[in-house]
Amino acid sequence: MIKIKNLHANVEGNEILKGIDLEVNAGEIHAIMGPNGSGKSTLANVLAGHESYEVTDGEIIFGDQNIIEMDPDERAREGLFLAFQYPIEIPGVSNSVFLKTALNEIRKHQGKEEISAKEFLELIKEKTEILGMDNSLISRSVNQGFSGGEKKRNEILQLLTLNPKLAVLDETDSGLDIDALKIVAHGVNKFKNENNAVILVTHYQRLLDYIVPDFVHVLYKGKIVKSGDKNLALELEERGYDWIIKEQPVSV
Amino acid sequence: MSNSNIKKWYSDNFRQFEKLVESDSFNSLRKEALSKFELTEFPTKKDEEWKYTSISPILKHEFVPSPLSKKETSTISSIESFKIPNLDVHLLVFINGIYSKEFSNIGNLEEGIIIDSLFNQLKSNSDFINQYLSKKETIENSFSLLNTTFAYDGYVIYIPKNKIVNKPIHVLNIAADELSKPLIQPRNLIIAEQNSQAEIISEYVGKDKVENFTNIYTEISVDENANVRFYKVQNESDAAFHIDKTEIVQKDSSVFNHFSLSFGSKIARNDFNTKLDGENIELHLYGLYLGNDDQHIDHHTFIDHAKPNCESNELYKGILDDKAKGVFSGKILVNKIAQKTNAFQSNKSVLLSDEASIDAKPQLEIYADDVKCSHGATVGKLDEQAYFYIRSRGVPAEAARSMLIRAFVDDVISEINIEEFREKINHTIFEHLHREEF
Repeated sequence: MIKIKNLHANVEGNEILKGIDLEVNAGEIHAIMGPNGSGKSTLANVLAGHESYEVTDGEIIFGDQNIIEMDPDERAREGLFLAFQYPIEIPGVSNSVFLKTALNEIRKHQGKEEISAKEFLELIKEKTEILGMDNSLISRSVNQGFSGGEKKRNEILQLLTLNPKLAVLDETDSGLDIDALKIVAHGVNKFKNENNAVILVTHYQRLLDYIVPDFVHVLYKGKIVKSGDKNLALELEERGYDWIIKEQPVSV
Repeated sequence: MSNSNIKKWYSDNFRQFEKLVESDSFNSLRKEALSKFELTEFPTKKDEEWKYTSISPILKHEFVPSPLSKKETSTISSIESFKIPNLDVHLLVFINGIYSKEFSNIGNLEEGIIIDSLFNQLKSNSDFINQYLSKKETIENSFSLLNTTFAYDGYVIYIPKNKIVNKPIHVLNIAADELSKPLIQPRNLIIAEQNSQAEIISEYVGKDKVENFTNIYTEISVDENANVRFYKVQNESDAAFHIDKTEIVQKDSSVFNHFSLSFGSKIARNDFNTKLDGENIELHLYGLYLGNDDQHIDHHTFIDHAKPNCESNELYKGILDDKAKGVFSGKILVNKIAQKTNAFQSNKSVLLSDEASIDAKPQLEIYADDVKCSHGATVGKLDEQAYFYIRSRGVPAEAARSMLIRAFVDDVISEINIEEFREKINHTIFEHLHREEF
């Protein structure tokens, strides 16, 4: 699905990612964990093609092409999706228009016809039901006046509607109460199948109680310093990050 | 053409024009204005109020005062494309500044309400009309004097005490003369008496390529407890010149919402002056200016908080592309006795190209000590994080920018409370910027 090789990235001249190697196959869920400032969100943004980050070295092979030079919208049409930590409000553009525009761009790229109004409504109805969302939300402006939880749910609605190959979830659990967390996790589990993959970027283990990862990676100072299975997350929950940090060689 | 030659051109035209109007009751004011006009110089960039706007391109043309232009070039076959789809209105149509009975459809009015042309009112109701015309305090300049000199037609809206106009009033001013260069000078009057209500859409449009000069003078009275919503739309051709001076006086407990939605013309200058001459008044000024190519769009607003306990809110937003220039000058004066004044002003512009620019000049002059006033002006580009967000869903760059434009104008557009009209304006925004509509 995606192969990240020796990925280095800068923001405003500071190197944040210092050589990431990661391979995610179809059917897998990978969790990226790490203390604050380790580069987790940078990795998520670099994968999606944020222009504030400069990739200085390495490759991101998605499917069979290196996507480093691709614009964010091209990557999305290729099947990459980023659920934002802080979803953006777009006043005056309804959820429905926004989603339909995005979906049709992706379909066009796949050589499919535009979705009909009726099919679109049915699709949205199905997806909002999974998330227990009020159908009227679809006619409201994108994220405008939404609570933190509603915004996160809306990200998952977009995920389910656009149905990408790879979903990168950036701190989707932050700011959610336990009920909202369960709903969001339910949405992600509904999305997940053997042909797609999920990268969960998270600071806490609690999301992983509901979305069970196949692999857990610890990011520290821009590098993956430890990988393991779901038990690694539990260990981190118990022991914190310090023990891993202490295992690291002191840089000169 | 030198400054004095163009003044002579207009003076000479007056000799002919006068033959059309010499019998009417307004003529002494015209003559008085002409003699002042002859003694007044057109403003230059040396005048503080005209520092950012050069009107010299306007003085290079010999515009023909519209009643004098040749009839055969002043026609139009249909006004359908200018109407607001699906909206039932009291419709007043002016072609090159002259009332068109053929295209207007004023409909039934409750007793006492007047929606008419100034030309008709000066003929049939002159004593009444003359009580109100040219009664507002104002600082005259060459343009306002020119308007008074050639005052001929315009709209008159009079809503007596306690009356509510049951549907929006739509005034369409269409510049249609492609051959001669018409000088279109609407002289408009709105009087909303105590407890009255009205919604007015005053639209200035033009056929493509018409090189008109529209020079407007509008007087608006919003009396005690009246509620008026006034939408001005300017979408004349990109060869047109547009000057608008509007004088507004509000009385106690009145509410006035004023919108300026500016799209067209080569040079546009608007002066909106409001005097809050009473207590507990609410004023909202909304503006939207969209410029591309080498358009120059200037808004000067002046709010005079003359009495205590009033609130003014001003929100002006602009999008400028190519080499377009915007000017926003917003002055708020709070008089010494105007305690408990709330006055808020915000001006935000987005520049879509490196060559576009805006001059923003907020001015607060506060002489009272117990007030809440603020102003802010920002100039920038479209929100980059939002741009990334939209594109990260697969939406291509240009469509994403269009969505961001829709988001940027939303807090002005969403205040338009007539849905059909709001849709038309939304359409105009994207049409003007040559973009996919959202």
